[in-house]
Amino acid sequence: MNPLTVDDGSPEVPLVQLLTPEGRRTAHPDYSFDGDRAEIESLYRDLVMTRRVDTEAFALQRHGELGLWPPALGQEAAQVGSARALRPHDFAFPTYRDHGVAWCRGVDPGLLLGIYRGSELGGWDPADHQLALPNIIIGSQTLHATGYGMGLTLEGLVGTGDPDRDSAVIVYFGDGATSQGDVSEALDWASVHQSPVVFFCENNQYAISAPVATQTRAPIVQRAAGFGLPGVRVDGNDVLACRAVTETALQRARDGQGPTLIEAVTYRMGAHTTSDDPTRYRESAEVDEWRAKDPIDRVRLLLEAEGTAPELFADLQTEADALGVHLREACRLIPEPDLAELFDHVFVESTVENQQQRAEHVAWQASIEGSVA
Amino acid sequence: MTTMSMVKALGSGLRLAMEHDPKVLVMGEDVGRLGGVFRVTEGLQKDFGEGRVIDTPLAESAIVGTAIGLTFRGFRPVVEIQFDGFVYPAYDQIVSQVAKLHFRSKGSVRMPLVIRIPFGGGIGAIEHHSESPEAQFAMTAGLKVVACADPHDAHWMIQQAIASDDPVVFMEPKRRYWETGDVDTESASVPLFSSRVVRPGRDATVIAYGPMVRTCLDSAAAAEADGVDLEVIDLRTLSPLDLAPVVESVRRTGHAVVVHEASRTLGLGAEIAARITEECFYSLESPVQRVTGYDMPYPPSRAEHDFLPGLDRILDAVDRARAY
Repeated sequence: MNPLTVDDGSPEVPLVQLLTPEGRRTAHPDYSFDGDRAEIESLYRDLVMTRRVDTEAFALQRHGELGLWPPALGQEAAQVGSARALRPHDFAFPTYRDHGVAWCRGVDPGLLLGIYRGSELGGWDPADHQLALPNIIIGSQTLHATGYGMGLTLEGLVGTGDPDRDSAVIVYFGDGATSQGDVSEALDWASVHQSPVVFFCENNQYAISAPVATQTRAPIVQRAAGFGLPGVRVDGNDVLACRAVTETALQRARDGQGPTLIEAVTYRMGAHTTSDDPTRYRESAEVDEWRAKDPIDRVRLLLEAEGTAPELFADLQTEADALGVHLREACRLIPEPDLAELFDHVFVESTVENQQQRAEHVAWQASIEGSVA
Repeated sequence: MTTMSMVKALGSGLRLAMEHDPKVLVMGEDVGRLGGVFRVTEGLQKDFGEGRVIDTPLAESAIVGTAIGLTFRGFRPVVEIQFDGFVYPAYDQIVSQVAKLHFRSKGSVRMPLVIRIPFGGGIGAIEHHSESPEAQFAMTAGLKVVACADPHDAHWMIQQAIASDDPVVFMEPKRRYWETGDVDTESASVPLFSSRVVRPGRDATVIAYGPMVRTCLDSAAAAEADGVDLEVIDLRTLSPLDLAPVVESVRRTGHAVVVHEASRTLGLGAEIAARITEECFYSLESPVQRVTGYDMPYPPSRAEHDFLPGLDRILDAVDRARAY
């Protein structure tokens, strides 16, 4: 076997799948998707909108409006399925690629663009959406989620049996992140403390150019056993399965039964970012193979077979187009960052040095105003 | 007024902070049942329970990383890094996350986190147990860094640091842990981010913090016997710096000597020398002197006496300045 063969679901670890790439529902002994057709249509809408956000932002980068964009293309089901399993009072810690998670948490997609335009380092108040700011340092946020989960336990918000009270936290990370010490520390710590954390690994097969075999010899999901928590491997391109396994894991967490590791096996259809050229390190045949497992096509096939009215698809197309217009406008409306204002956010309680340097900057700007740059 | 060691003073300060605010947590390696390897947290777990005084896995990055997550729930974690040389696994979380989250979120996220680090040498310890990494944190925008030097300040500064809504790296001079001193339990006397003159004098200004304050006071006592009157300033806050007392003093004395255990190059002394030059240029009668650890990894402990600034090196620097 080529040691660099991508890990698309080793046969020794079964993959939870509830919807085949051909759009056929399948049964699983432990997991089921119990929503009705309207629920599937609603998931389908989130998938379509997530992809539109991604396509539009990619185009904005190509038009020079963004400096960079990390595409979520191909990972929509993993993101939407898992995020839709969250309750409003649950909390999520995302990576920089989890645009579908932000969409499902109600973040205006226009707010995703600031970081990549160079205008922002964040974009929203985490408390407004129960969603932390995207983390660029790989794997760091797994520890933040673990601490957040400890906090929930200390506050008595876990295992009370009251569904309005019991809460959990989900943290997203990639296959590359599993090589970071922080991720191992987080899995260990959350297990020791039985914290209500769902570790959701989007195994998209690549960390920039490095295939998952560069990161690990064993399937990622198998790490769970070593840390003493349950692990489940799910078809990351199957929104129904992602929703079902995450729902189960979140409920375990809320019930006080501790953390779960979910490995969602998916594929990064696009480049790592718009600055990357994946043709340098992977074959187009491999990409084609995964294109046949597209996370959105299979839901459409299912819905068409189950009698969804064609107007719904047309309406979604219209809505997606409107979203595209909104994103283009939102991008151009992002204010230029004001360095003077940024001084005000270094500390809660400002310092003399901070104020002096702010004044120095403001005076300098005033002194050169009108001069040719 | 009561007399106690710095260890007891820190412990009593932590206890008061925990009594005052139920959101204050203490976490770290061995801080619970054992009371910490230096016994600073002794008795806290017994009285506040395992939920608020948490024995953690042996993982410094995780100690800081989970503390960050706890702040999202409104907690005010006080984390103990067992020894200075063990902080580096947490460096990424401190620099990339703790220091930046408030800024990234334009103020909506607060990091009221205290990172306690016993630091410095002079205790005959093995490698990695005697380091002075404070400049690495002081140079990181978004962090505040303080160092206590005596039991009174230890008792109050830890409470003030916990009350701060900004993250504070709290440096504790471990070689002074067992020295006793008077603690005024009624009043802190000064705010957290302020320096203070601990010995007034006329002839030269000696600037120190943490473990070197005591050494400088001893030097001043020795100088007095020779008829030289040294002013000693305890910086207390390393970031932000409060140099108003230093500037006022150097303008009077014309001579400045900065003392720290950390290596010389790009240590706190470099910044302080630059600032004194900016603020006191026409008052200076000699270049700012630095008495520091040498630019080498911390030596084996049998050589630390020669590595660390001591009375003789400090007085020699004073003489050099005054003879300039």
